[in-house]
Amino acid sequence: MKEKQTAKVLSQREIAPQIYDMWIETSLAAQAKPGQFICVYPKDRSTLLPRPISICEVRDREALRIVYRVAGQGTKEFSAYEEGETIDILGTLGNGFPTEWAQGKKVFLMGGGIGVPPILELAKTLAGKANDIQIIVGYRDSATFLRDDFEKYGTVYIATEDGSVGTKGNVMDAITANSLEADVIYACGPMPMLRAIKKYAERVQIPAYISLEEHMACGVGACLGCVVKTKELDHHSHVYNARICTDGPVFEAKEVEI
Amino acid sequence: MNMQTTIAGVTFQNPVMTASGTFGSGMEYAEFVDLNRLGAVVTKGVANVPWTGNPTPRVAEVYGGMLNAIGLQNPGIDVFMERDIPFLKQYDTKVIVNVCGKTVEDYVEVVERLGDEPAVAMLEINVSCPNVKEGAIAFGQRADALFGITEEIKKHAKQPVIMKLSPNVTDITEMAKAAEAAGADALSLINTITGMKIDIHRRKFAIANKTGGMSGPAIKPIAVRMVYQTAQAVQIPIIGMGGIATAEDAIEFLLAGASAVSIGAMNFVNPYTTIEVIDGIEAYLKQYGIENVTDLIGAVEA
Repeated sequence: MKEKQTAKVLSQREIAPQIYDMWIETSLAAQAKPGQFICVYPKDRSTLLPRPISICEVRDREALRIVYRVAGQGTKEFSAYEEGETIDILGTLGNGFPTEWAQGKKVFLMGGGIGVPPILELAKTLAGKANDIQIIVGYRDSATFLRDDFEKYGTVYIATEDGSVGTKGNVMDAITANSLEADVIYACGPMPMLRAIKKYAERVQIPAYISLEEHMACGVGACLGCVVKTKELDHHSHVYNARICTDGPVFEAKEVEI
Repeated sequence: MNMQTTIAGVTFQNPVMTASGTFGSGMEYAEFVDLNRLGAVVTKGVANVPWTGNPTPRVAEVYGGMLNAIGLQNPGIDVFMERDIPFLKQYDTKVIVNVCGKTVEDYVEVVERLGDEPAVAMLEINVSCPNVKEGAIAFGQRADALFGITEEIKKHAKQPVIMKLSPNVTDITEMAKAAEAAGADALSLINTITGMKIDIHRRKFAIANKTGGMSGPAIKPIAVRMVYQTAQAVQIPIIGMGGIATAEDAIEFLLAGASAVSIGAMNFVNPYTTIEVIDGIEAYLKQYGIENVTDLIGAVEA
């Protein structure tokens, strides 16, 4: 059940330049699934719309972790919140990653840039279910946030654009450099990365579940702002446009035209 | 205390409605809001055939509001009759269907399809969407064109007709008078105000359509002014909207001359806005010992 709530900030710290790590206390944690997101509302009314932010981790059915980049005024406001501050959120939103396809399989969990955070709760959920968890994460430079968390749940491969850590290049380069293989892919990251993954998955004939991002207004499927072109007729408008917020944000790569 | 308001012979349990395009057909918000409590659900625009809408990005935030250029994506009247109407029938609220089209024939086709559906209380004709290149806005920015389409729709409509007016005109009262003269039963205003936002870092338009319709609290004073001017110019009732966030905002519109109000962009910010506005208007009536909400209509004093 979706709900708008006033949650409490439990902690916050900057874990990489302009990347913030916040834990919030909310009963929405009890229903949160990996790949879902919440909408976070700035208090400053000049910044009206909610900010969709992915769920990075869930703790004891009572707390959510969000890791986000300061990208504008709204996220700048959030980054100043300290322990005890209240924060308005709407959630939990979207369908999340279909984890059932990972049972007993060799998986790639791929994250790039600010698409890295939702991969953490996914890795945690798949630990003990998937056969072999290979976590391939891409960063700009040596600020490889969440790396220590990932080490707990699988084998971690890093790619950095500047080559300071791991493979120089992107996550696809890391796959090639380490001669990695998988039965199924789960990914979140910038559009060029997702396009490359879609192409790769088609070539090696494995399913890839990718989490998409788009500007949103409502977050609940009403405004039709955040659509993506689909191969099959969408069930809402019947015009080959799925709503990323409610039909996604995770889609099988072959179902969407990106 | 009486919250009822009547527009063109249709009585609403209270004067709070949803603005077209911000509430779907209510399905997405039924999880947050008891639709039975609303004065009316005004649906997203529906055309004779499915419309794909515009490319993304379709929405952007601006100071105190937002821009949108969805382009009236909708499943068309067939799916709407099969799915949305039966859904809305479950609720004890009035249904106003927003109708869009590219040609007069498109509008008439939808109006005729809805004619035999008793669950539809009124029709709202969208001749003011700024985001669709053909039809639509072309009918809403010239008084003679507006007169023509209103007259034609009135010939075919079985329910009372609301013409939704664009603020993107030199003088909205000219448009209001044209619609009234052509037989419109009511007016709704304002639709969004055409705006633009540029991302200076990417040197690109924030919205793929380049321009988008601005809504949200920042446009409210413009909307209140236009409702007041229009109420002075015509006899037919007005549904007022534009940036309503609170009961206080809604009461401004009523005092300016609106017989009812709609909540639009603020549904996105706070999905409970409609209910909070209803409760807030009731509290205001109580506070000032006002018997009927209709006593507020046009009651602003010079």
